Amino acid sequence: MVQTGIDRAEFERRIEGLRPRLLAFARLQLADQGYAEDLVQDVLIAALESLQRFSGASSFETWVFGILRHKLLDVIRTRGREVVADHDINELAEIDEMFDERAHWTLGARPKEWVQPEDSCVRDDFWEVFDICVYHLPKSGAQVFTMRELMGLETAAICDSLGISEKNCWVILHRARLKLRACLEKGWFSKSEDRK
Amino acid sequence: MSRACRRATELLSQKLDRPLRLGERLSLRVHLMMCLNCRRCDEQLQLMRRVCLQKRESEQDSGQKE
Repeated sequence: MVQTGIDRAEFERRIEGLRPRLLAFARLQLADQGYAEDLVQDVLIAALESLQRFSGASSFETWVFGILRHKLLDVIRTRGREVVADHDINELAEIDEMFDERAHWTLGARPKEWVQPEDSCVRDDFWEVFDICVYHLPKSGAQVFTMRELMGLETAAICDSLGISEKNCWVILHRARLKLRACLEKGWFSKSEDRK
Repeated sequence: MSRACRRATELLSQKLDRPLRLGERLSLRVHLMMCLNCRRCDEQLQLMRRVCLQKRESEQDSGQKE
C-alpha cells in the first residue's frame, strides 16, 4: 500500500475547506437540499473509511470529488427525475449579447488567443476558477454541463433524467459552453505570467 | 452567412454531443475556413472537453471507489 501521508487530523483539516464545494456540487444536481447534505455526509464517511486506498497519485480534492461523482451518478441512475433539480431553458438567454444582429461575434465577445497552456489545467487553482465559472452559469446550464462533462453522461441520459427533450439539452449546452468559455478566458487562459 | 457565427457555434457545441450530418459538417467546415473567431472557439471548446475528460479519468484512477 502506498503511503498517503494523510492521517485523520489532516483529513479533517482538508475536509473542512472542501465540504462547502462538495455541497455546492451536490446541490446543483439534487432538488432536495437536505438530501444533498446527507449525500455529502456519506461521501465524507466513505472517504474516511477508505483513506488508506487514496493513492496520492492525484490531489486529495480530486479523489474526494471522484467519490461524490460516483454517488451522484448512482442516485441519478436509480432515482432519476424525482431527485434532480429543476431547470429552466429560458434562464440562459443572455448569450444573445455575444452576437450582433447579423449573428456575428460582437467585438467584446470574440474569442481571444489563449496564452495559458493546456497542461496548466491539471492544477488545483485552475479548477477553482473553473468551479467559480460553472457556478456563475444559470442553474440549468451549470447542471446540464456538469452532468455532461464532469459526470460523463450522454445527452440522451441527461434529458431522460431531467425530463426535457434532447434538443433542449443541446440548446442549454451550447449556451453554457459559450458562457463558460468566455469566463475561463477571462479568469485563466488570457493571463500569462503572474501565476506560478 | 446571415446566421453565421451563432449558428456555427451551435454546431461546434453539438458536435461534442452527437455526430453531425453531412450538410452540417460541410457548412461548418466552410465557415471555419473563413472565420478565425469561430476556429478559436472550436479549439477552445475542444480543449474544455479534454480537460474535463482528464479530470474524470484522474478521479477514476485515484478513486477506485465502487
